[in-house]
Amino acid sequence: MISMKINGISRQFHGDPNMPLLWYVRDELGLTGSKFGCGMALCGACTMHVDGAAVRSCVTPVAVAEGKEVTTIEGLDANGNHPVQRAWRAHNVPQCGYCQSGQIMSAAALLNANPDPSDDEIISGMAGNICRCGTYQRIFAAVRTAAQEV
Amino acid sequence: MARVQNISRRDFLKQSGATGALVLGAAVVPGSMVAAVRAQGVGMSVQPNLFVAIAGDGVVTITCSRSEMGQGVRTGIPMILADELEADWHRVSIWQAPGDETKYDPAGKDGQNTDGSRSTRHHLDVMRELGAAGRYVLEQAAAKKWGVDASEVYAKHHRLYHSASGRSFDFGEVVDAAADIAVPTGEVAPKLKDPSQWKYIGRDMPGVDNYDMSTGGANYGADATIPGMKIAVVARAPVYRGKVKSFDATEALAVQGVEQVVEIPALPDDAPAEFHAMGGVAVVGTNTWSVLEGRRKLVIEWDDGPNVGHDSGTYDDQLREAARTGGHVIRDRGNVDEAFAAADKVTEAEYFVPYFIHTPMEPPAALVDANVRPVRVITSTQSPNETRQYVAASLGLEKTDIECQVTLLGGGFGRKSKPDFACEAAILSKMVGAPVRVQWTREDEIRNGYYHSASAHRMKAGMDANGRVTAWHHTGAWPSLIGLWAPQVKTGHAIEYGLGLIDTPYNEVPNLRIENGEADVMIRVGWYRSVNNIQHAFAMNCFANELAEAAGRDPVDYLLELIGDADVMDLKDDGVPEHWNYGDSIDDWPIMPKRLSNALRTVAAKSGYGKSLPKGHGLGLAVHRSFHSYVATAVHVVVHDDGSFRVPQVDVAIDCGRYVNPEGVRKQIEGASIYGHTVAHSGKITTSKGAVVQSNFHDYPVTRMSNAPLDIRVHIVEDFVHLRPCGVGEPGVPPYAPALVNAIHNATGKRIRSLPIGDQLKSA
Repeated sequence: MISMKINGISRQFHGDPNMPLLWYVRDELGLTGSKFGCGMALCGACTMHVDGAAVRSCVTPVAVAEGKEVTTIEGLDANGNHPVQRAWRAHNVPQCGYCQSGQIMSAAALLNANPDPSDDEIISGMAGNICRCGTYQRIFAAVRTAAQEV
Repeated sequence: MARVQNISRRDFLKQSGATGALVLGAAVVPGSMVAAVRAQGVGMSVQPNLFVAIAGDGVVTITCSRSEMGQGVRTGIPMILADELEADWHRVSIWQAPGDETKYDPAGKDGQNTDGSRSTRHHLDVMRELGAAGRYVLEQAAAKKWGVDASEVYAKHHRLYHSASGRSFDFGEVVDAAADIAVPTGEVAPKLKDPSQWKYIGRDMPGVDNYDMSTGGANYGADATIPGMKIAVVARAPVYRGKVKSFDATEALAVQGVEQVVEIPALPDDAPAEFHAMGGVAVVGTNTWSVLEGRRKLVIEWDDGPNVGHDSGTYDDQLREAARTGGHVIRDRGNVDEAFAAADKVTEAEYFVPYFIHTPMEPPAALVDANVRPVRVITSTQSPNETRQYVAASLGLEKTDIECQVTLLGGGFGRKSKPDFACEAAILSKMVGAPVRVQWTREDEIRNGYYHSASAHRMKAGMDANGRVTAWHHTGAWPSLIGLWAPQVKTGHAIEYGLGLIDTPYNEVPNLRIENGEADVMIRVGWYRSVNNIQHAFAMNCFANELAEAAGRDPVDYLLELIGDADVMDLKDDGVPEHWNYGDSIDDWPIMPKRLSNALRTVAAKSGYGKSLPKGHGLGLAVHRSFHSYVATAVHVVVHDDGSFRVPQVDVAIDCGRYVNPEGVRKQIEGASIYGHTVAHSGKITTSKGAVVQSNFHDYPVTRMSNAPLDIRVHIVEDFVHLRPCGVGEPGVPPYAPALVNAIHNATGKRIRSLPIGDQLKSA
């Protein structure tokens, strides 16, 4: 059995400890904000926080979360008003929206670790997240805006 | 024109989830207003479309009948209706229509197929009429309640006012009196606003789904659930039209959570692929991880079938040879042969654009319960009614036996107009007797997709002693997407010719021949954002740039001279009696060289074209008409000594005629430029022994923030805003790659004639 907290709620997982966190959270807990995009940690759509750090949950076994705090997009802010989420809306970032949970979780972790990132640090910090609608310049601007608030 | 009806008392509304006291619908018979009116007279056999409902609390619910895949349709189309209705946008909610073209296709043109950049241009007029009709009914209802003449009542921002007495009502306060008010038609039909009175159309509006999309609350096909549902993944033949010879599921069935392994029968050899399920071995179970693990443990022997010889090395050479050979002349102006004989200088070049795959961030996913009637389909589809049609065929049922609920689409780009994945889910649901959600992986999406057609282009031009082009000869060869229906086809289809080839806009060239060579279809070829326009814009814009150099002329001036400033280019003058014009009348959306030149001049001015640039910098321009819009792109590139490059700025001028949401236009052009950057820089699908070589984002790299242009400036051209709206979702893609390649030439003197650019600058 693996015990962890997900969005502040204690959870016990009894299945295959190699199951990626993404599928436990999506299929068993029904939290579908974290998305499947590649299954190889190449696109970032599945990004969650484990003890505050961004992880690609599609390749992170549930076992890794033992005793840790997992945060998904649903738990980032109770009202959906984390500074990054507000900046996303202020810059009208989303197109299809599918990658944006992962983008927001990457940006929040980036700003948590580095509240005043340079332009290059924003770019390298967000380069692991793909958006095929091509919202990058708005994401870039939104991260800059959010950085002024955190 | 639609006949708007007050349908507040109709029973079917209850099933549709619309519980408003006032409900308006539009009865539309495609192409026949008269028939609709007659049907009304004999008891209304035509089902009215449900389009707006106003509840007692004043909330206005507007139906969105188009699929949202990021193009902003759930914002833009309802904006039109809300504007004419005089609704307050903050009190509008959007209801997503399921697939049913008899109820939810107010324009009567597209059967709800969200494809071809058509939504705004086909819905501006009808949504305005519906909004104006709603405003009329509300005004009449208020007048009735006050006992005054309706001419004294007007609607403004969700309220109704009686000027003389100073009284007013909220919209919600009059709906009880509105249910029986008929909407007049013809000359006394409710008047539309003058464009100067619009309060939403033409103004920036943020996306209606932004909150859900920024909080994890947005639901896509992959998120759909039905109680008792199973999850499935499918192992598919690596080669197009290959089949399962035998398989061993012993180890797969031993995986915890795997319940069944079943074979989806291969499509019969004589059946065209269309959008059917192609067959394979499905692993069905309780969760996604288990079925993925199970699939990894399957042992399958494949019969590779007839396309095992499809190998990019030889196939690409065959396309190049076909482009040299030609054979099918599709447009012929003047006498190209004589012009070449008389030319002072003849220039030739060959261009190549490979296969691409869509890679929407959400791989295909569909949930189907085939064990209920109607069959229930929940999926991220661009085309819910074709989904119903093909699911019905998969199950041996009628289309009317199938209902299709449309979720948000995690990207579409043409992939999700082809519902093979829903067919798989339907077949599996029937086989296992439970609802089944089929989940495609990224590898599935890249290896078993519908590919953007690879193509080769042989370009030849003659010029006189003054450097003026006297002859232009373009021969293209590609496997046709019509191969989905006619596998033996060897030539392109009228639709592909119409995608920026037969309408080559170099109207000032006196002798011009467009030709098509033959190619075999050996893979599922399908449409991809902007389709064949990509290669046509690439070949002609790059070649025009080469000719300018050969003539010793400025490339933008030279391109402007090729295009000219004619009001209209009529292909009838070149012996083409009819041609495909994005499914629309050429009279409504003519080909207008002056708008192309205007867009090019606009972007040249905005981008600072003509100023001197530092060493290693280059500015390149390209312009292309597609989906009736005129788009010119200027790319500023910096090429480093090691051959790597970055794009610090992009300027795009788009003339899309009348537009609805300028913020939506900007976002589409920003995104299309990034999509074009992948096309130009890294997109490439190859095959070996018939199988696609690439599998995920490591070997099919797409543009990331680290190599994306982050300063894309969109300039919406206003000069022709009084003309009909044109497409916006796709037309930003085609001019990007040639603009970038022309910029690289400007910076380095090196010509790129084959996409993607990849490492070609590094090997120099």
